[in-house]
Amino acid sequence: MTIMNTNYDVIVVGGGPAGLAAALEANKNGAGRVLIIERDKELGGILNQCIHNGFGLHFFKEQLTGPEYAQRFIKMLEGTGIEVKTDTMVLAVTPDKKVWAMNTEDGYCCFSAGAVILAMGCRERTRGAISIPGERPSGVFTAGTAQRYLNIEGYMVGKRVLILGSGDIGLIMARRMTLEGAKVLAVCELMPYSNGLKRNIAQCLEDYDIPLYLSHTVTNIKGHSRLESVTVSRVDEKLAPIPGTEMEFDCDTLLLSVGLIPENELSRNAGVPIDGRTNGAVVWQDRQTEIDGIFACGNVLHVHDLVDFVTKESMTAGRAAAEYVKAGGFAKPAPENTVSLCPGNGVSYVVPQKIAIERTEKFVEAFFRVRTTYKNSEIVVSADGKELTTIAKDQLLPAEMERVVLPKAMLEKAAGSTITIEVRQKGAN
Amino acid sequence: MGKIYDVLIIGAGVTGSSLARELSRYQLSVLLTDKENDVSCGSTRANSAIIHAGYDPEPGTMMAQLNVDGNRMTEDICKQLNVPFKRVGSLVLAFSEEDLKTIKKLYDNGVANGVPGVELIDQKKLHEIEPNVSDEALGALLAPSAGIISPWEYTIALAENAVRNGVDYKLRFKVENITREKDENGETIFTVTAASGEAVKARRVVNAAGVFSGEIAKMGLFGEDCELGFRIIPSKGQYYLLDKTQGKLFDRVMFQCPSKVGKGVLVSPTIHGNLIVGPDAVNVEDADNTCTTRDALNFVRQAASLTTDHVSYRDNIRNFSGIRANSDQSDFIIAPSAVEPNFINAAGIKSPGLSSAPAIALKLVELLAATGIVLDKKDNFIETREVIRFRELSNEERAKLVAERPEFGRIICRCETITEGEILAAIHSPITPVSLDAVKRRCNAGMGRCQGGFCGPRVLELLVRELGISPADVLKDRDGSWIVQLRNDDAIDS
Repeated sequence: MTIMNTNYDVIVVGGGPAGLAAALEANKNGAGRVLIIERDKELGGILNQCIHNGFGLHFFKEQLTGPEYAQRFIKMLEGTGIEVKTDTMVLAVTPDKKVWAMNTEDGYCCFSAGAVILAMGCRERTRGAISIPGERPSGVFTAGTAQRYLNIEGYMVGKRVLILGSGDIGLIMARRMTLEGAKVLAVCELMPYSNGLKRNIAQCLEDYDIPLYLSHTVTNIKGHSRLESVTVSRVDEKLAPIPGTEMEFDCDTLLLSVGLIPENELSRNAGVPIDGRTNGAVVWQDRQTEIDGIFACGNVLHVHDLVDFVTKESMTAGRAAAEYVKAGGFAKPAPENTVSLCPGNGVSYVVPQKIAIERTEKFVEAFFRVRTTYKNSEIVVSADGKELTTIAKDQLLPAEMERVVLPKAMLEKAAGSTITIEVRQKGAN
Repeated sequence: MGKIYDVLIIGAGVTGSSLARELSRYQLSVLLTDKENDVSCGSTRANSAIIHAGYDPEPGTMMAQLNVDGNRMTEDICKQLNVPFKRVGSLVLAFSEEDLKTIKKLYDNGVANGVPGVELIDQKKLHEIEPNVSDEALGALLAPSAGIISPWEYTIALAENAVRNGVDYKLRFKVENITREKDENGETIFTVTAASGEAVKARRVVNAAGVFSGEIAKMGLFGEDCELGFRIIPSKGQYYLLDKTQGKLFDRVMFQCPSKVGKGVLVSPTIHGNLIVGPDAVNVEDADNTCTTRDALNFVRQAASLTTDHVSYRDNIRNFSGIRANSDQSDFIIAPSAVEPNFINAAGIKSPGLSSAPAIALKLVELLAATGIVLDKKDNFIETREVIRFRELSNEERAKLVAERPEFGRIICRCETITEGEILAAIHSPITPVSLDAVKRRCNAGMGRCQGGFCGPRVLELLVRELGISPADVLKDRDGSWIVQLRNDDAIDS
């Protein structure tokens, strides 16, 4: 049996916000035949179940719901000639840029691409990932799965709810479940600070009198068949539960918003080197991975706070993929014309990890996250121990992605070396 | 008078299901029962998933013979029924002089028990074949015949095959009472009554009730003034199951030296390519409470760190616990009731019960034959089972399958690459699944790293569509484990 094989200039794996922006930008910059492959029945990715507003403030300068934000981009596809295959699963991407995919109509196919853009997004960490002990009844959901049941499938997942994790999905679901008539008893957060956006704490918890317990975690789950109760304990500075601080919540539902993991199984199998800090690919400033012609952008690269930033990053990748195809590949930069980026003290990761100076126009934006909350501190950028610049910051939060601009002149000064980004408490030096 | 079964089996774990399949070769009417809503729900579904080689049991015991025979037979059965099984071999690690003596004794046991190929290896060879083992390990016992298996897929396959060959099954049948009377020919007829009030008649009863085999065995004394002669001591073991990124740490099952309560904490690849770490062993009162605890899980990690410190627990995907049907006897209890020859116990089937199951089944058939049951073979016994596993097919096979049957062209479970076709086959299999976990046990959908986060809603939708049930009636696992409520449900008002 012959397997269908079609050639494309650019194949985008994933039709969420990252994939849509990347495909549009690749098309706009002259990539001829562009294909988006989406595993769900519709384009838009996770935005389709995010029916709350707050999307698009940066990119469109207005407040949109998730589906509205996605729809703007889906509409832009009209007339571009970008091809779309939904309900189609990519099973493998190879280093020579073959994409194995299948659906019920075309069957099992192998597509060839000039460039591949990985835009698979991320998945939620589960109960297992944080080893919550106890029984294993129904009623324990990741917040995103519960959101899908509620907003896409139209079912309620329970009526007395406890939420672990104050990430944005957890906060949004606290409000959503309340509006649907459920009683949300509390949101518990392991860390001494919330991992959600400030506006979500105000609009999703405070407005509905939902208590937020910082430095608390779930230490037991009870229920033979359906969840019956959850034990919550305070934790010490080492995040270990403190005996004697247990609180018992009678509830039928526990939602977990305990972190997101970039979904890089395809990337790993393709041999794309992964940064253990981001759990995403190691990339150059144009979001090309260490494999020529394979790009990555959006939450598959590193978990973003705002979709607007996903869009911007994906446009960068789309543009570069088009250039890559038109140029028939990029010349490999000599090591002395590159700069490596590395997180220093207080910083958990930096993206991109590598910069090719020749391919830099005016500057490169470096994105990073801090490890904990800082007040009255500064960001220090240095190369091989020499400070290049410092930026004062009133407040730094792990929940909010930070950014520094590295001008080309600074990069040229640091050519061949490693630039470190770190946090320094003011007055400490 | 209703139907009278020739044999009624209490408990559809690996022992009961193995027996059901073995009996389905003969012209007998057989009923397989279980108190849960699916087969393979007790000890069978939560254990280390190892087919032991057979060097642990004391030579001369029934257990030694059944283990070694069962190990050999498992491979053939798995081939016939298309069940994943791999003979990867096992190592028992020695960390001290005393451990070295222990593994020498196990080696002698192995030789006496007829375990093929056992060998004592030194530190150098150990590190050659398993480079991730701790430097503290001084040597090991190698047993190449040990294997890894999916115990629930194995048991479901056995039960399905039995059902295809004419065995009846009744789930949610929790036996509460058994009475006996004589028919006009003076033969014993049992009436087995469930908690639901439903009663079934049978001429022979086999107790394969696992951790509850003590309670059922007591019913088999029929109120006579007689000691049971054994006691079940449920023993809980807790585990970590890690992502496939960890599954290549070892090629073989890595045991530590056994103690009185169990075979020690092991680190092993699973048949699905994950890594399993566990168990501890703690006697418990409640044989039905499979909760995990922070202390026990910490103990498991600590104990496993002796074997290797290369496990990344960040990549854990699930913790679980299982209850062993340990007893106060050193051997399995496989014999008729002291007061009733037609009531046969297979009780206290602890480790290596899974490994011994096929041999236990043959032994039970022998005991049944001794009661006068006539074993006439069926002409039309179906020995094999077809299963399509998309992820195991070549590119050409995949292309052909999807072209012919488009339902195999849609992936529902991303983590494990399970197609809609496989899920539909599971839903329409001989023993209808009523829960997401029952579908998972049949085709692996939802057992991957996202733990059903993505595919759960879609499997629920397929169960609703294919079985014509309400979404509110789809269960996660046991009865009562509802997942969603309908939006207009009054229950939402708080």
